[in-house]
Amino acid sequence: MMGRTPTGQPGFLGFVHRRRRGAELFLLILALAVGIGGYAAVGIGVDGAVPTNIVGYGGWLAVLIVACHVAVRIAAPYADPVLLPVVAALNGLGLAVIRRLDLAQIDQAAGTGKAPHVFANDQLVWMTIGVSLFIGTLVVLRDHRVLQRYTYTSGLAAIVLLLLPMFPFIGREVNGSRIWVHIGPMSIQPGEVAKVLLVVAVAGYLVVHRDALALAGRRFLFIDLPRGRDLGPILAMWLIGMGILVFQRDLGTSLLCFGLFLTMLYVATERPGWLFVGGLLFVAGAVGAYFVESHVHARVVTWLDPFGAWETGSQQVGNSLFGMSWGGLLGRGLGDGQPWRTSYAESDFIMSAIGEELGLTGVMAVLLMYGLIVERGLRAALVCRDGFGKLVATGLAVIFALQVFVVVGGVTDLIPLTGLTTPFLSYGGSSLVANWVIIALVLRISDQARRPVPDLSFEEPAEVETTQIVKAVRP
Amino acid sequence: MNKPIRTLSLFCGLLFLVLLGNATYLQYFRADSLDKSSLNRRVIEASFARERGAILVDGEPVARSVKSDDRYKWQRRYPAGALYAHETGWFSYFSQSGIEHAENSVLSGDDPRLFGARLADLIGSGQPKGGSVELTLNPAAQKAAYDGLQALGTGIQGSVVALEPATGRILAMVSLPSYDPNRLASHDLSKVSAADKQLEGDPAQPKLNRAIRTTLPPGSTFKLVTAAAAIENGLYDEDSQVPAGAGYKLPESTSIVHNSTGSACNPATITLKYALEWSCNTAFAAIADKLGNAKMKKMAENFGFNDTSLQDLTGQVRSRYPSMNRPQTALSGFGQADVAATPLQMAMVAAGIANHGVLMRPHLVDELRSPDFDSLGKTDSEVYKRAISSAVARQLTDMMVGVVEEGTANTAAIPGIRVAGKTGTAQTGRSDISNYAWFTSFAPADDPQVAVAVMIQNSQRSNGEISGGGLAGPIAKAVMEAVINK
Repeated sequence: MMGRTPTGQPGFLGFVHRRRRGAELFLLILALAVGIGGYAAVGIGVDGAVPTNIVGYGGWLAVLIVACHVAVRIAAPYADPVLLPVVAALNGLGLAVIRRLDLAQIDQAAGTGKAPHVFANDQLVWMTIGVSLFIGTLVVLRDHRVLQRYTYTSGLAAIVLLLLPMFPFIGREVNGSRIWVHIGPMSIQPGEVAKVLLVVAVAGYLVVHRDALALAGRRFLFIDLPRGRDLGPILAMWLIGMGILVFQRDLGTSLLCFGLFLTMLYVATERPGWLFVGGLLFVAGAVGAYFVESHVHARVVTWLDPFGAWETGSQQVGNSLFGMSWGGLLGRGLGDGQPWRTSYAESDFIMSAIGEELGLTGVMAVLLMYGLIVERGLRAALVCRDGFGKLVATGLAVIFALQVFVVVGGVTDLIPLTGLTTPFLSYGGSSLVANWVIIALVLRISDQARRPVPDLSFEEPAEVETTQIVKAVRP
Repeated sequence: MNKPIRTLSLFCGLLFLVLLGNATYLQYFRADSLDKSSLNRRVIEASFARERGAILVDGEPVARSVKSDDRYKWQRRYPAGALYAHETGWFSYFSQSGIEHAENSVLSGDDPRLFGARLADLIGSGQPKGGSVELTLNPAAQKAAYDGLQALGTGIQGSVVALEPATGRILAMVSLPSYDPNRLASHDLSKVSAADKQLEGDPAQPKLNRAIRTTLPPGSTFKLVTAAAAIENGLYDEDSQVPAGAGYKLPESTSIVHNSTGSACNPATITLKYALEWSCNTAFAAIADKLGNAKMKKMAENFGFNDTSLQDLTGQVRSRYPSMNRPQTALSGFGQADVAATPLQMAMVAAGIANHGVLMRPHLVDELRSPDFDSLGKTDSEVYKRAISSAVARQLTDMMVGVVEEGTANTAAIPGIRVAGKTGTAQTGRSDISNYAWFTSFAPADDPQVAVAVMIQNSQRSNGEISGGGLAGPIAKAVMEAVINK
């Protein structure tokens, strides 16, 4: 069955190729309303007046978002129209909430002579850099399959980046985790960049080796177990993950890397046995870490009883819970809560600040937006025509899903807390820039996937696997 | 590869569902218990910064919130300082007490009865305001009680409670030493901590509301209960001859009870009226022994012993009349042994006699009002117990008038008005603690408007100078006059 596109070209297998750029623009205007409206609401909530720089701020936000839109229109006209508006709304909301926390810091520092920690301006600069890289990625990378050539290069780069914080002089330990690198005045978390490279490397490796991984093996207890020699890469990833956990004391990144690798392996080989083996390995590692690493142990103890050691231990999770419960269904209103009571509210705990001031409603809205990003990423993977693109899109979507689950779950005491940023909301340059690049990659893949096939040759798409049936013909 | 991607999307969907479910649980179902946690600074701060309703006495605020320019938008003020401290209690960042604590939901505006007003605030985008609490106190009586105790000098520890016999309204309730609640309500939290530390460390316990939280042997004022039991049980009436004498040998014991009022009690028998007027210990020990523990205990409980009856202030302790053996029961006849009463309890004894034997439930809160001054409910006068028959009450009143006009309580006499009263000086039984002076009375005897109990726990005087009539009588008189001459 053939569909029709607005351009008059016939679609493939009923797929209607529509650009939907107008819809994207409309959604972007709504997203802009979230960002600028949130900024204005923060001013009204805290100071009782719309901030004086609202025109300059709103204007700059609009410029960034329109630039993104124009870049997508030119460089990736068939890209998914929902992703960019959702991301723009999240980034705008994050900026507003960070600004709100800045105002609280300024308020608290007033009269004490101490300089307040302010983040919103830096975050706006990081957003500008992120948007520039987003546009750059879309413009420079016209076909994502090019990345497949850099499979091993990016793999190596990812490992180097992950190891960087371990080097003396440049590596820094912050709050118990050694995941920072300081170069001059700059401080970055190389792990945020590494995860993008890791997706590319793993996808490139798997798309080549998937058959060997998928087909060899034996069945045991209803589960197809992989061959012993194919366990090499998974063991290597496990060791990397555990290395991050042990040497950098970063449970979040460790979980993210390993989880990412496992799901991509599962998608590439279509064998749940990998999940089983990998899951066992991870549980073994995590249990070991619980007994060996005091850092991990403390997190688990706090998770089980966030109010247990109120005077002596960390009050962070408890304060986060108090904030969210106080927000209730509708929230205190921007500027009317006390989100500063939770330390690191502007980074790891920004969801708790949103829960306090925007209530369950705000939390649900944000979670649904993340759900949309994941869903749109996986959809791009589904319709993508090449295996590499499928794997990359899946990996990037899974990074989002895992990261949101781990950080929001930690903040709401569903699982032990792990230090990860909340994508697009949290303050943090490396994370914001990396996430903008991730979105650019997903848009690139979705553009390729949704674009009409140029030569109309009905070439077999990679995911349709036909079985040749050789009939025995009797003469 | 599409099949695992679809499975994966289902899994991701599940992850998000779990997050949504957990957030809902946290912010809706668990919110209440988290909000109530004592560790939760947000809720404390929010209520601390809110405009609370006023606590009023006769229409004048004794606690109110005024606008403040610092980080907490409202400042709690107590214009009368220490005078009403034990009734209002304090409203500090760290804790609340008194009416501030007991009526917190109305004062803070959280009470369900204020739902309509809250809704209006929400629509009008104003901060929720609290309702106000009007107390039953009579400012003149309160002042007279406070000044009277204060006049006994520095280091005084004591308490005065005045009730309106017909209703149970508390007209005065003073405990000394007192404190200035403004110090505890300050926005300078380090100063509050320091002030609280100092108050807690003070051996005189200024934060203690002695009116309802301190029980001491009531001494001779308890003879009213013994006399009530004797008459109610048909043992004697006011003119019957009762056994007396200079000494009384306790049953099953070798100890001998003496009188503290000289030779007036020395005849072998005297009338019950005379025994009360001259507070003869020997007579009342004999009567209590004759009645037995069960009957004595029942009468004590009729007046409110072994029970708490004040609902408005938290922390009221029980006055005690336990089961005792024979010698102890005899001692209890004049308020010794294991008998212990709060000043409120002794005021209730006087009020019950004054109100023809019917004891009204004492209350401090008169009326609750919404921020718009709509009434949320007035406290109704409620019969607590019928303590004694009206005939017994009449005889007791007559006897108590005799105590004031002819006996030990003449310090409470008010010219032109018949006053009923009873003195008490309770021995502590310890050389290091001085005797307690008690006084309980009501007036006018024919149409009682006020019943008072005065308790002096420590007056920095030697035992020879301590007597209920001498120290406590004039204070009771001043309080009664303040109510009657309004």
